[in-house]
Amino acid sequence: MIPKGFLKFVAKRTVLLLISLVIAVYISILLANFGGLIDEMVKSDLMMSITMNVRNNPAYQGLTASERQKIIDSLYQSALEARGLNTPFLIRSLYHLKNALTLDLGTALYLTSDSGSKQVRLIILERLPQTIMLFTTVTIINFFTNLLGGLLIARKYGSKIDRVIAALAPTSVIPGWVYGIFLILIFYTWLHVLPPGGLVDYPPPKDPLIYFLSVLKHMVLPMLSWIIAGLFLGIYSNRTFFLIFSTEDYVEVAKAKGLPPRQVDMGYVLRPTLPSIVTGLSLAIIGSWGGAIITETVFDWPGLGRLLSAALSYPDPPVIVGEVAIYAWLLTLTVLTLDIVYAFLDPRVRVWGG
Amino acid sequence: MGRLKMSSSKRVGGLKGVLHEVLSYKSAVIGVAILLFLIVLSVYTMVTIPLPEAIQAWRSSEAWSRNPRNAQPEWVEIFYGKKLPRTIIVPLKDADATKVLLEDGRLAASWTVYFNYEYDDFPSEIVMFFNSSYSEKPAVEFYWIRPDGEEVFLKKHVLRRPDDRLYLSNDLSLELRLEGLFENKVGGKPSFMVTVEKGLFAEYSLDPRVLKGRYGIRFETTLEKNDVLNAEVVIYGSVYGLAGTDHLRRPLLIGLLWGTPIAMSFGLTSAILTTVLSLIIGTISGWYGGKIDLVIQRIVEINAVLPFLPILIMLTTFYRIDLLIILLSVVVLSIFSLGIKGTRILVMQIKSYPYIEAAQAYGASNMRLILFYVIPKILPPVVPGMISSVPGFVFLEAGLSYLGLGDPFLPTWGKIINDAQTNGAFYKGMYYWVLEPAFMLILTSIAFALIGMALEKIVNPKLKEL
Repeated sequence: MIPKGFLKFVAKRTVLLLISLVIAVYISILLANFGGLIDEMVKSDLMMSITMNVRNNPAYQGLTASERQKIIDSLYQSALEARGLNTPFLIRSLYHLKNALTLDLGTALYLTSDSGSKQVRLIILERLPQTIMLFTTVTIINFFTNLLGGLLIARKYGSKIDRVIAALAPTSVIPGWVYGIFLILIFYTWLHVLPPGGLVDYPPPKDPLIYFLSVLKHMVLPMLSWIIAGLFLGIYSNRTFFLIFSTEDYVEVAKAKGLPPRQVDMGYVLRPTLPSIVTGLSLAIIGSWGGAIITETVFDWPGLGRLLSAALSYPDPPVIVGEVAIYAWLLTLTVLTLDIVYAFLDPRVRVWGG
Repeated sequence: MGRLKMSSSKRVGGLKGVLHEVLSYKSAVIGVAILLFLIVLSVYTMVTIPLPEAIQAWRSSEAWSRNPRNAQPEWVEIFYGKKLPRTIIVPLKDADATKVLLEDGRLAASWTVYFNYEYDDFPSEIVMFFNSSYSEKPAVEFYWIRPDGEEVFLKKHVLRRPDDRLYLSNDLSLELRLEGLFENKVGGKPSFMVTVEKGLFAEYSLDPRVLKGRYGIRFETTLEKNDVLNAEVVIYGSVYGLAGTDHLRRPLLIGLLWGTPIAMSFGLTSAILTTVLSLIIGTISGWYGGKIDLVIQRIVEINAVLPFLPILIMLTTFYRIDLLIILLSVVVLSIFSLGIKGTRILVMQIKSYPYIEAAQAYGASNMRLILFYVIPKILPPVVPGMISSVPGFVFLEAGLSYLGLGDPFLPTWGKIINDAQTNGAFYKGMYYWVLEPAFMLILTSIAFALIGMALEKIVNPKLKEL
């Protein structure tokens, strides 16, 4: 039987997180549209193209200037109505909000997908696989390398390799994209063995296997740059985390009982730290779905990060809002799920009852 | 026992004691040394090249016309093991001309100027800059005198305007003529492309070898009586100064130097503002509770849902891209971080401590309690985190500049890396162009990281034992 207090907690948490989601998406709509300025830009573009069309149309050549102006005005008004631009921005922004929250992403202003579609949904779906392939993979690799490395080093606490890792930990303040630049200099400029960027060789190979291998070749440097960037600090902080936990009494008892180190690690160190490990992993994976604007720029990688930076430079609000809305939804759902699971599982988190 | 003594002496010594303890870590000593070096460098830069001058020089193309394009720094000679050419400017002054009065009242003028060329490699470019005043466009003939005394006719050129420029390196007909001359002298096709520079400076042999020695340039022309002709022949080298030059011939040193105070001030200011402000917000949230707490917690959640970099870019482009706006946007987006939750819980605990209750009993106001009783207690533990967060902000600014979204006027490290990449540094192997700004970035960030880690161990003794 699920306690009533628990249901109340879930309902409250859901409402609060949804309110945050709505406000966050609305803020991004306001920002992406420059508070309505984009509408004005679109309007003046419309006016210009209609004026040009009417002026160049031979059918209207015989008319006087005022008659022509009348035609231009009526065409402009109907164009505004067709695009919904005759309603004020504040009201339109609420429509945008509704559409973004229901993930009805609409059409882009300027950007198109490689297949030529202006549908924001298709544009984003076209980029998503590349981003997941690169950044989600590397996030998972990093996560497990650091976790296992941390466990291993914690066991060898005080050894030479432990001290080396500790000494190298500050190298992780350098972000992945800077390592990426170094890797390009080494493996492309100097050794000429790996490509400096892009998704696949040009022209793209026809054979699927060779295509796949070519993509893999292009993934080596960006992945390596993120692995190096996260490695030492990741291992070091996991090691410290585990060391703090392995001084707990129950771990000492387990060791005293003569359990093998593997079993101590699994049952007594890892188990109680599992919630924070799972939280870390899920948030990292969600975070990786946004892509990485700078790293994708360094490696000219056609993922969501590049898409976003292209959308920001136009600016193309529907695409920006679309990406932000998807990201916000994913994050909110993840956080909510984690909150609920922990509240349900962890007897120490007494969120309901007195 | 010894550790106990040390920590008690720290309390007595105050700030001096902390410094003493920090310096007991070898890594922190290195960090402090780098930091001091960077501070000295920043001050030196700000004093010797005032910012308006630096910006103007960085953005003007004319100021650097006598610098070689994409030149490596001079110290790369160590790796090549040979003497690489510097830029040589050969001036031809009107006053130094030999002028002979002709029958028609005009003057036959000629100049011969010598210079030494003792480098192991060929120059990168040769350009003649004129600075003249005339009533009728003079036609000038140029001769090249090789160290062995041989004279080569270069070309005849009618000045197009008083400040005319003659790019010898691009002169195809001259190149063809030199190639013919070369094949004649050597008696075969040389193993290399005879460019203008090689044609003028190479030995007559099948392999490209520099002929060292004293070269001469002779100008001959006929001038009207009051005409003045000055010129400079610039023989561009392939190395320049301490840091080299970029595609616009700008000395990278200016950008690298000015990048230092910009990166340091941006990183430090954002780190301090973010840490202190989010500490205050967290304290208010934990202290007052109720509605204020609810609102602050919602803002934290909203902030967590928004993707940081895109929102930052939108915020800055929404207003105006300059360093201050970027800084403020970064701070606004960073202060409502998830770290506030930790502060809030800590403050809730502190609220029930006896010394707070005592202070409340004698009637201290909330403001006074927060500022003088709570903040001082929770500030020291966050200082290491504050120092450790500086590199993140330094790289953030560099990343924005790299994307072309940094301050458009200031020369920064990120912008130099961006220039390098967009102008083919990776492709053409111009390592120095990328490595120099990257080195400065890493130097700065490592300094703060080392100091931050040492502070962390001092504040959090449990880490010291581990």
